[in-house]
Amino acid sequence: MERILDTLREKGASTALILGFFVAWELFCLVANISDILLPRPTQIVAALVKFWPAIWPHTYQTLYTTLVGFSIGVAIGLFLGVLIGSSRLAYDTAYPLLVGFSSIPKVAVVPIFVLWYGAGTVPAILTAMIICIFPIVVNVATGIATVEPELEDVMKTLKASKLDILWNVSLPRSMPYFFAALKVAITLAFVGSVVAETVASNRGIGNMMMIASSSFNVPLVFAGLFVLAGLGVTLYVLFSLIEHRVTGWAHRKTDLASP
Amino acid sequence: MNAQVRSAEAGTGAAGPAPFIEFENASITYGKGARAVQALAPTSLKITEGEFMALVGPSGCGKSTILKMVGELLKPSTGYVFVAGREIGANPIRIGMAYQNPTLLPWLNIRDNVMLPLKIVPPFRQAFRAKRKGEFRDRVEALLKQVGLAGFAEKYPYQLSGGMMQRANLCRALVHDPDLLLLDEPFGALDQFTREELWAVMQDLWLSKKLTVMLVTHDLREAAYLASRICVMSARPGRILDDQIVDLPRPRTIDMTFQPDFVELNQKLRAMIVGARGGTGIVSHQPGTA
Repeated sequence: MERILDTLREKGASTALILGFFVAWELFCLVANISDILLPRPTQIVAALVKFWPAIWPHTYQTLYTTLVGFSIGVAIGLFLGVLIGSSRLAYDTAYPLLVGFSSIPKVAVVPIFVLWYGAGTVPAILTAMIICIFPIVVNVATGIATVEPELEDVMKTLKASKLDILWNVSLPRSMPYFFAALKVAITLAFVGSVVAETVASNRGIGNMMMIASSSFNVPLVFAGLFVLAGLGVTLYVLFSLIEHRVTGWAHRKTDLASP
Repeated sequence: MNAQVRSAEAGTGAAGPAPFIEFENASITYGKGARAVQALAPTSLKITEGEFMALVGPSGCGKSTILKMVGELLKPSTGYVFVAGREIGANPIRIGMAYQNPTLLPWLNIRDNVMLPLKIVPPFRQAFRAKRKGEFRDRVEALLKQVGLAGFAEKYPYQLSGGMMQRANLCRALVHDPDLLLLDEPFGALDQFTREELWAVMQDLWLSKKLTVMLVTHDLREAAYLASRICVMSARPGRILDDQIVDLPRPRTIDMTFQPDFVELNQKLRAMIVGARGGTGIVSHQPGTA
């Protein structure tokens, strides 16, 4: 019972803030008499969401699909490069400047190139989502692996451990908290990538739907699109947080590992 | 690697038992050209099997460097290091190592932390899957009991105090039955009482396992309590100033450390190290003057 109360107290404030935000929004629109073409009220947005759901759903699916595929490929590449760069000083010094160069390009700017290569549609969205995820993962994983305590490395070397032994038993598990921190950033970024690509060059996806809705002044539908994106983003963020807690609980030990 | 594999016995004659580890004019120089710093002057040293050898000296004198050479973490810039009569690396010996920083893996419990070497070092490695829940578990359990950590196998490192972590660290260094144990100031970060407790633990381990130990320490009482032989080193570039056998009876106790002969030994060591520091407390930097 006490535990439930504790959770309520913990979550209560943030829930109240969220509800308060929407209530304030609703009241503001009503009191200031703001037209739904400028800023629809939350209730109108939810109504639009329900009304147009059969039409919204395929777009949602498309965006989720491109984001997740791009994200998965990006994570795989990022993890691989991160391990490579983190475990060798030479690779680190060689590849890092190029990587920084790539990462400083605004990813939106490469969408036209992807469209040029693959035409409008699913592939540019996947590629944009992918490329936007890679860098934070590479940097975090490389950092996690490169900062293994030198004493521990010495201990492993005197045991005649191979590079693979050290990677598998020490470096990789050690970099997991860094990896998951990067995953949470990357999943949010992946949505940015796919939606931007859909807005520019696609005939499907939430980004595309919002473009069409805004050109026909269906503003509640535009905002419904935002709500869908926020919902997807939060869901995936929570999902990764849960996995993170299971896998790297040892790094956040004080709160729950103490009472197994 | 130098392909030279030869007997270290060749030039030394047949006096005494064959050394387990032998340094022959081994030196270490860091850096190149004008900025080269000689950390260790050419050093010759013999360590017999089963010896507990302590290296003491002012900081930066190359004590840890000697340890790292034996652990094959550093190659001598000149000279040779022999293990069991052959050049280092030629004979596969098992080494255990423990630093001041216990470096236990935070995501593993104490049992799995201590078991780590069994996962890596042959011949345990090959049997790891089959025996991790049986024989190896019992082995870890027995070792933990010996250092006073019985019942802590399921705990995680952060649930342990510094002294307990260091006990677990010792277990990890010993679990694969090493021929040689390298200790680099393992008790340096502990409080006086915990340290003295661990000296007793370490002495018991050494007496029961009869392994060769090399201990680097700043603490002269620690060296005199634990070691069967103490080497005093000079300031950089390090070389061995004094090499003496400690023949105090075993098992030694903390009370003995206040007896006149123990105190006398301590004072003698202290005087030598103060002398090696130049007496002023400032370490003299004179690269090249061996």
